[in-house]
Amino acid sequence: MMLITCPWCGPRNETEFHYGGEAGVAYPTDPAALSDEEWGRFLFVRANPKGVLHERWSHSAGCRRWFSLHRDTVTHEVGPAR
Amino acid sequence: MSQPFRHADGGLVDRTRPLTFRFGDRTMTGYAGDTLASALLANGVHGVASSVNLGRPRGIVAAGVEEPSAVVQIEAPFPEPMLTATTVELHDGLVAHPLRGQGWLAPDPDPARYDAVWAHCEVLVVGAGPAGIAAAADAAAATGDRVILVDERPPRTSKLPAGVRLLTRTTVVGYYDDNFLVAVQRRTNHLGSAAPLEQARERLWRIRAGRVVLATGAHEQLIPFPDNDRPGIMLAGAALVYLRDYGVLVGRRALVYTTNDSAYAVADELRGAGVDVVVADTRADAPSADLPGARLTAVLGDRRAFGVRVADRQLDVDVVLVSGGFSPVLHLYSQAGGRLRYDDGLGALLPDGCRQRVEVFGSAAGVGLPRCGPPPMPEPSDADGWTFVDLQRDVTIAEVRRATGAGLRSVEHVKRYTTAGTAHDQGKTSGLLTSATVAAALGSSAAEVGVTTFRPPYVPVSFATLAGRDRADLFDPARLTPMHDWHLARGATFENVGQWKRAWYYPRDGEDMAATVARECRAARTGVAMMDASTLGKIDVQGPDAGEFLDRLYTNVMTTLAIGAVRYGVMCRLDGMVFDDGTVARLAADRFLVTTTTGNAAAVLDWMEEWLQTEWPNLGVWCTSVTEQWATVALVGPGARAVLARVAPDLAVDVESFPFMRWREATVAGLPARVFRISFSGELAYEVNVATWHGYALWQALTTAGAEAGITPYGTETMHVLRAEKGYPIVGQDTDGTVTPDDLGLGWALRKSTKDFVGRRSLSRPDTARSDRKQLVGLLPEDPALLLVEGAHIVEHTPLGPPPVPYLGHVTSSYPSAALGQTFALALVASGRQRIGERLYATTMDGKLAPVQVTSHVLYDPEGARRDG
Repeated sequence: MMLITCPWCGPRNETEFHYGGEAGVAYPTDPAALSDEEWGRFLFVRANPKGVLHERWSHSAGCRRWFSLHRDTVTHEVGPAR
Repeated sequence: MSQPFRHADGGLVDRTRPLTFRFGDRTMTGYAGDTLASALLANGVHGVASSVNLGRPRGIVAAGVEEPSAVVQIEAPFPEPMLTATTVELHDGLVAHPLRGQGWLAPDPDPARYDAVWAHCEVLVVGAGPAGIAAAADAAAATGDRVILVDERPPRTSKLPAGVRLLTRTTVVGYYDDNFLVAVQRRTNHLGSAAPLEQARERLWRIRAGRVVLATGAHEQLIPFPDNDRPGIMLAGAALVYLRDYGVLVGRRALVYTTNDSAYAVADELRGAGVDVVVADTRADAPSADLPGARLTAVLGDRRAFGVRVADRQLDVDVVLVSGGFSPVLHLYSQAGGRLRYDDGLGALLPDGCRQRVEVFGSAAGVGLPRCGPPPMPEPSDADGWTFVDLQRDVTIAEVRRATGAGLRSVEHVKRYTTAGTAHDQGKTSGLLTSATVAAALGSSAAEVGVTTFRPPYVPVSFATLAGRDRADLFDPARLTPMHDWHLARGATFENVGQWKRAWYYPRDGEDMAATVARECRAARTGVAMMDASTLGKIDVQGPDAGEFLDRLYTNVMTTLAIGAVRYGVMCRLDGMVFDDGTVARLAADRFLVTTTTGNAAAVLDWMEEWLQTEWPNLGVWCTSVTEQWATVALVGPGARAVLARVAPDLAVDVESFPFMRWREATVAGLPARVFRISFSGELAYEVNVATWHGYALWQALTTAGAEAGITPYGTETMHVLRAEKGYPIVGQDTDGTVTPDDLGLGWALRKSTKDFVGRRSLSRPDTARSDRKQLVGLLPEDPALLLVEGAHIVEHTPLGPPPVPYLGHVTSSYPSAALGQTFALALVASGRQRIGERLYATTMDGKLAPVQVTSHVLYDPEGARRDG
C-alpha cells in the first residue's frame, strides 16, 4: 500500500485517497469553440506512460482536498508535484 | 510401545506433559511442544495424505511452512481443511485426518473471533533465527528505535535483546509498496478447545516499517528421481530439526542422498543418535561419501521399510534424506520489488537490489549456504512419469517436458501449463527444481530460465482472518432514518439503498407484496399517503457565486430562480451522460438547497468539490452535506392539503398562496419546518423537512392528523410505481451512464441560452446528436397481467430470424399498476419516440417473446391535472 503525502495532512495510507487521473488537463475556456475531435481528445485521451506521470489525487477520507503529485507507474514511487 | 521413535531426551518438547490426539483411526500420544508432524513421526507414522490428482500416498517431507506434501484435514476442535501437519501445533484432543484430495469446510459458522491491528516501527525484522536476532539487537541498541521482530514459530526460550517487540507464531505474508507488510499472528490455535473465545484466534498485523530486515533463512530443495514422492523420503535438514527440536528419529536406517556438503553434518548427528546412515553424493568428487558419484535410480517396495537402488546396489532403508541444495527465502524480497540474481556457486538465487528500504541477512542472503550445482537430471525415460517436481500439484518431469515440447519457453508459461508451484506451498522446496527441469529440457541454464514471480501471500491465509471484524453487522455501517423504529414496529420490510435501510412496503396481516403495493398506490392516488424521504441527499450550497456555480453544473439555469422557488435540475458528466437529478431550492440570494438521489449524495458532493477546487477556485462557494441534518416526510395525495392544513394552521396552503415548485418556511406540528411543494408521484404533494431529531415527532403528528382521512404509509416500492406511471426516471435504474437528458425525455431541462454547462459540448457530438439513440418510452404488454422482467431485451420481429438479431433496447423498470389496470414498463428503445404506437416484442424468462405496445414514457395523467389536488 503506497504511502502518499497529502500536502495538508502529511503521509497517509493510499486507502484514504481517490485517484483523479492525469493532472494538468484544464477544462477548455470555450468548449463550444472546439471541434468534435478536439473535444473528444480533451474528454478521452490521457497520457499513459510506463514511468513518471503527473497525477491528481484527492484526500477523500481526510481533508477532502485535491492536489497533484508525481508517481512512477512501474515502481509506484511517489514524489511531490514538481 | 508408545512413541517408539522418540528419544529419551533432547529437543524442546515437555515430556512431563503428554498429549493425546487422533489421526485417522489411530489414537496416539505426543508431547507439549510437538507439531502434529513431529508427534506422528515419533509414533513412526510417515504417510499422512494422498495426492490430489494421482492419489499417491504422501508423507512428511519438511519441518515447517515449506512442507509440500503433508496436508491434513483438522476435524476437532474446529474443522479446517488443508493445513500442513508440520505447522499444526499439537494440543490435547486434536483430531485430524489424512487428506485425500480436497478438504472440507465446516458447515457451522466459525465461533472464533478475528481482528486486525496496525503497527508502526523504524525497523521490522522478519525471522528470529541467529541473523534476525542479531539484526534486531543492533537496531534496538543503536538508536532506541521501535523494533519489531516477527517469527513464525512458537516462542523459544532464547534470550531476546532489550527493547525489541517480539511477535511469535506470526508469519509475514505480504510485502507491499512503501514498506507496508501484512502478517498473520496465530494467537489461540495452539490451545485447541481450551482457546478462550474472547481472544481473537488470529490477528492480522498491518505494519508500516521505516526499514525492513529479512532474515528468513533458506529452504532445502528436493532431488528428482523415480518415486521421489513416497512416504519416508524427506529433506535432510528436516530430519535434523525433528531430532534437535523434538527428540524424534525420523527412521533407523537412512540413506542420505545429497548434491552438496550440508547433509554430512546431518548424517553425523543422526549416527550419533543411533541411526544407520549411508551417504550417497551425486558428485564424483566427494571423498567423505560412502557412495560418491551416485545416482538413486529406483525405490523398491511400498512398505514402511523399503529398498532403494543407488549406485547399482540395493540398500534396505526406512527413510531417504535428500538435499538438493538450498533456496534462500526471498519471497518477501521479491514481492517488495527486489531483483534476484542466480549464483552459480550456490546454485541459487540471491538478492540483487531493491528500491525499497530492505536488507537481507543470514542464509536468506546466501551466508553459510553450501556450494551446490544444479540437481542431477535423469535421462528421459518412462520413469519421468513418476519422477516428481512439485509433489502437491502432482507435476512430474514428464509433464514439464511436455510443456516445453509444446513450445513453452518461459518458466511462467510452464507454471501455468503444468500448475507447478501453484499449490499451498508455492513450490518452496521445488522452485529451483522446476527451473532446472525447464532449463535441462531447453538446453538452457537455471540462470537464464529464472524462477516464477513470487506473489503474496507467502503462506495460505484464511478468509476469516482477512475479514477480521468486518463481518455481519460490522461489515458496513447501516444508516437509519429517525423514523426507522416506527417502520419496524409497523412491520415494514426494508431494502438497502447504499448504506441506507429504507422502508420498502408495509404489509398488513396476510397481505403479499403485490397487494400491499396496490393498496399503498391507491391511497396515494385517491386519498392521502406518506413516505419517509429522509434519505434523499441534501447539499447546502452557499456563497456569492453559488448561483453561477449551479448554472455551470446543471443543464438548466439556476441564477434566475426566485427566493422561495424550486426547480428540477439535471447534471451531466463531461461526456454528456446523465449523472444525477434532483431539485434546487433558493433559500436566499447566496444560498441554495440541492437535493440528490439517495445513492448518489456523496458522489454529487465530491463532484461539486472537485470542480470548485480544481477548475473554479475563484468562485466563492461552499458546499455542505446536510443529508443527515434534515428528516423529510412526503405527504402525498388529493387529501394531502387538508392534512397539512391541520398540522400547520399558520401556513396558507391554498394553490394561489402556495403553488407548485415553491417552498415555505412554516411551523408544522409545532416544529420549525421547511415545506416544499414538489411531487415525485404526480399527485398533490408536500415534502416537509424538519430537524432530524424532530423527524419521529413529525411522522407521528402526520399519522395522527391524517388518521381520519386514512393516511397510509408507503415505502420505496410504491414510490417507484407512482413515479414510473408518471415517466419520472430514476438515475441508475433507468439510466446506465450511456443516457443523455434528451434520451430520457428531459430535453426541456436543457437551457436554450449559449452559456456552457458541464457536458454541454458533448451533447452536440455526432453520436449524442443521433436520432436513433435509445430513448425512454413506456411499454404496455398486450397481456395485461404479464410483468416484464427488468433487463428484458426488446426486438422488432417474431420469430427472431437469423442471428445477429437486431437489439432495440431493454426494459429498465417494470411494475403492475392499479391506476392503469395492467402491468407496464419503462424501456430504453432505439428511436423509441418515433415508435410510439408500434408493436414490439420483449423477451421473457421462459424464452418466449411477449408483444408490447410502445407508448409515451408518461403513462398516467399526461396533462398533469392532478398535481394541484
